[in-house]
Amino acid sequence: MRDIAIVAYSQSPCVADAGAANEVELIMPQLQAVYAQVGIDNAQAVDFVCSGSCDYLQGAAFAFVAGVDALGAVPPIKESHVEMDAAWALYESVLKIRMGHADSALIYGFGKSSPGELPTVLSQRLDPYYLAPLWLDTVSLAALQARLLLEQGRVSERQMAEVVQRSRRNARANPLAQLAGDPSLDDLLAEEPFVAPLRRSDCAPVSDGAAAMIIATVEQARTWGVPYARLTGIDHRMENHNPCLRDLTRSTSTRQAAEALGVSDAPVDVAEIYAPFSHQEILLCEALGLGQETQVNPSGGVLAGNLMMASGLARVGEVFRRVVAGEARRGVAHATSGPCLQHNLVAIVEGA
Amino acid sequence: MTTMDTLEKPFELGFTYTRSTGPVIGHFLGALAEHRILGVRGSDGRVLVPPPEFDPVTAAPLDEWVELATEGVVLSWCWVAQPRASHPLQEAFAWIMVQLDGADVPMIHCLRAPAMSAVRSGARVRACWVAEPVGRITDLCCFELVEGDKA
Repeated sequence: MRDIAIVAYSQSPCVADAGAANEVELIMPQLQAVYAQVGIDNAQAVDFVCSGSCDYLQGAAFAFVAGVDALGAVPPIKESHVEMDAAWALYESVLKIRMGHADSALIYGFGKSSPGELPTVLSQRLDPYYLAPLWLDTVSLAALQARLLLEQGRVSERQMAEVVQRSRRNARANPLAQLAGDPSLDDLLAEEPFVAPLRRSDCAPVSDGAAAMIIATVEQARTWGVPYARLTGIDHRMENHNPCLRDLTRSTSTRQAAEALGVSDAPVDVAEIYAPFSHQEILLCEALGLGQETQVNPSGGVLAGNLMMASGLARVGEVFRRVVAGEARRGVAHATSGPCLQHNLVAIVEGA
Repeated sequence: MTTMDTLEKPFELGFTYTRSTGPVIGHFLGALAEHRILGVRGSDGRVLVPPPEFDPVTAAPLDEWVELATEGVVLSWCWVAQPRASHPLQEAFAWIMVQLDGADVPMIHCLRAPAMSAVRSGARVRACWVAEPVGRITDLCCFELVEGDKA
């Protein structure tokens, strides 16, 4: 099996409203940034390109095709897209390289969520007969899950507030974060319910932006002569789309992916977890088997800024940055998709 | 100077075809229009509702129908103090995971309730129906609390 190296990563700031900037304008600065990190001029210099986005955000079929304008696809390039978070575009690119069909790949994800009402838009990605006609929004779904955990004594509201507090505090060191600060637990707990039992601070903010990454074979990374980290494992598992047909108090698919990769076989210095709701971070740390020695979401995680369709890739990117900087030897990144953590991806990033 | 005629036509964004809901989902939705709630028995013997077309574990086609009560118990709930324009109820309401009597898994729907303080896990609720059913999940317009419930 060919070893995979992550060689470049860039993410836009998480902003509540990118204003008049369109998707291409959100993507291009990130592409330029990763080209510069590797020392290439454009997408012609990589063998494969894969993007992740959601046409529902733009409200038009094949809206993602417009994103290709950011690449300059003449002469023709090999290009693909997943209607998923770009973490799964990374997965497709890893397969492409491992199969020997490419030596390098550019991955990008983008989302401009501000023009619509994101929780409502995402309700239309539920099954079309039983749940989508009810317009059951993502916040309400997560609130149903949170109550199960609270009433079973698996998490407390105080623990949820602690997750939010740590996210805000960590985000103070992240210039790209949307929400940062040092709220007291009492202040967080005094907040009015949003969709009870969830408070607004338990929910990730809605953000506009994009992220990009370049991966390659280790040989190609050495040819480019840039610092790299090794992507030593990547796995994803999916559960039933009907939230009522699974145990919402556990993340079985995350646990399966983590076990398949051997996450617990060696120390995990840092973990970046895609938990759009505070209680889900507690659930996911448990499923990943993380202990006290692991620093969780040093970037602030998605509670500090949530780039829809790019946040999963951003988790991998955040771990990559810390491994390359020598701050961590081995890190774990997690991405999620679907209602109440339906589909989960886990990746391991290690020093070269 | 001549004025050019501007082409003006009504435009409706939507599918130009109708979808068939098939023998499982269609049977369930058809029964809803008659105020009946049907579940289907899974490979492990559990009664599942709303019915999946295929077993969630074995992927076997499912066709053993079980008629359920139109009452059940709340397993989880959340309170929507400010409904969104798209929500099925426009006054403050609860989303519930309700396990109907005779079913082994809950289903998600909305609950009309006078106040958040009136809702709790374990409460008994019953289905309410629209006046003119059309064979959709929304024929079951919402649930309401069973009066005098002290369970």
